[in-house]
Amino acid sequence: MKLATKAGALSLLVALGACTDAGRFGAGGDVPPGGFGTGAPIGAPPVTASPIDPSSPQYFNQTVGDRVLFAVDQSTISETGRQTLIGQAQWLMANPAYTAIIEGHADEQGTREYNLALGERRASAVRTFLVAQGVPAARLRTVTYGKERPIEVCSTEACYAKNRRAVTVIAAGPALS
Amino acid sequence: MTRLRSLLPLLLAALAVLSAPAAQAQGPLRIEITEGVIEPLPFAIPDFVAENAGAQDYASRISDVIAADLEGTGLFRRIPASAFVAPVTEFTPSVTYANWKAINAQALITGAVVAGEGGRLTVKFRLFDVFSEAPLGEGLQFGGSTDAWRRMAHKVADAVYSRITGEQGYFDSRVVFVSEAGPKNARQKRLAVMDYDGANVQYLTDSSAIVLAPRFSPTGDRVLYTSYETGFPQIYQLDVGTVSRVALPVPAETMTFAPRYAPDGRTVVFSASQNGNTDIYTLTPGSQPQRLTSAPSIETAPSFSPDGSQIVFESDRSGTQQLYIMPATGGEPRRISFGQGRYGTPVWSPRGDLIAFTKQNAGRFHIGVMRTDGSEERLLTASFLDEGPTWAPNGRVIMFTRESAGAGGQPALYSVDISGRNLRQVPTETAASDPAWSPLLP
Repeated sequence: MKLATKAGALSLLVALGACTDAGRFGAGGDVPPGGFGTGAPIGAPPVTASPIDPSSPQYFNQTVGDRVLFAVDQSTISETGRQTLIGQAQWLMANPAYTAIIEGHADEQGTREYNLALGERRASAVRTFLVAQGVPAARLRTVTYGKERPIEVCSTEACYAKNRRAVTVIAAGPALS
Repeated sequence: MTRLRSLLPLLLAALAVLSAPAAQAQGPLRIEITEGVIEPLPFAIPDFVAENAGAQDYASRISDVIAADLEGTGLFRRIPASAFVAPVTEFTPSVTYANWKAINAQALITGAVVAGEGGRLTVKFRLFDVFSEAPLGEGLQFGGSTDAWRRMAHKVADAVYSRITGEQGYFDSRVVFVSEAGPKNARQKRLAVMDYDGANVQYLTDSSAIVLAPRFSPTGDRVLYTSYETGFPQIYQLDVGTVSRVALPVPAETMTFAPRYAPDGRTVVFSASQNGNTDIYTLTPGSQPQRLTSAPSIETAPSFSPDGSQIVFESDRSGTQQLYIMPATGGEPRRISFGQGRYGTPVWSPRGDLIAFTKQNAGRFHIGVMRTDGSEERLLTASFLDEGPTWAPNGRVIMFTRESAGAGGQPALYSVDISGRNLRQVPTETAASDPAWSPLLP
């Protein structure tokens, strides 16, 4: 099972180009390093189309949706965010072997310390929501990155809107004590 | 003469308010910093005399560092050697004042360097008030190893600055900061320490984990900072001499950041986040962490008053970030910021009179200062992103981070007078952020 998941993960990486924060921060479990790139690695096998395993972290990231976005200086979960998080909760309850770290992020329009606190507030809002949906609290941890890890680098609202996010990063492993 | 005359009103004001009798007795050469100096005071500093062969390598470099320190304040202007009437080849107690009046040098700094046994260096200097035709203070000398030649130069510059302004200097000091490399979405950060002018950079950590916002201890031998080395933000203390670090015993299940020392150098104040709430705590060796705030809002960026009795911090309890002061043991905070916009990162001045802060308003960032009751707010800078002020040891200059906009945006260190004048970039070999000034070195 584990091997199959890994193989599936690899082919998906090639097919879709993983877009996950897990590889970047080394916080995730099963995602191979370098998974945040946009192209196929040199010498990669030919692309093969295969259905996404619904129990894979890749399915979670790409089909369920691994992130929710926030308004400026807010940690309130939007209606779109609620739908995403309901999907996340269902996936997590259906796949009890996985835990998750929820990363809270802010855009660069704020001071460093405040943004750390704001990122924590956002991550915590997501965790609270998931727990209310039935995900055991022990499987969810939070971390704030403040404005330290933007995913978009421009200095306009188009980028800021994507940077004000909480990302649920799936990891394999037992529940946290 | 006209230049000196124009200084006289400032001078009289200075004599009236300053309480350093030794300085008052020294004669009329004087800059009153608080009045703001528009016209820098012209000074001459002939290359220091190398009194033996071993001193040759250092003599002119030492006078250049002294001159750069003084010019860097914006209060002084160096007269080029090409204008000198006659060269200075000997370090003597008397000088030919006419030669220096002729080029309108108001201050003259002469000096000599002697290399001794075992890599020792001695730097001697004298300061003259040219238009009063009198020495300003006694001749002084500093001794140290040749490695410390820049420090000795800074000591001379501090003495000159102090004699002319009546204020303590700030040149013999260091700055701890975060050195940055790599693209904006995968920035690598390392702690580094350097002389206040950007020289002698030493790295204190590698870039394997994000590090943020280092702060010196009151004695300059330790640094507090935040690191992600466990994957989560946590506060650490690092010994600058041995470059060894320890994680501080923070409350369980929290993320911690924004640490800063109390003036006693033992107690640490910091923020801890848990369940969506960030509050301020103190930690004293041998005791459990003490929680000072308990509101459901964000309380962070604490900074002690120099007497240790109060803490200024930021909170969004009113709906936006604002500045508050509370007793050092906790208790009811008093809001001090009431202007337009958001206020954060307050830092108490080492003189106790002012609080520096970051202000966000109408899409711009500012560094500003206000009195401790919130009055007399003045904004010193404006840019796309200025943040994180730190005070020079004498409370006259502020250093901060300025970050440029866009995909290629980079942070750099800048300094500015509390008058708002003399904005300068501090030279660093890499992009740099989060400066924290040390005390004046012993």
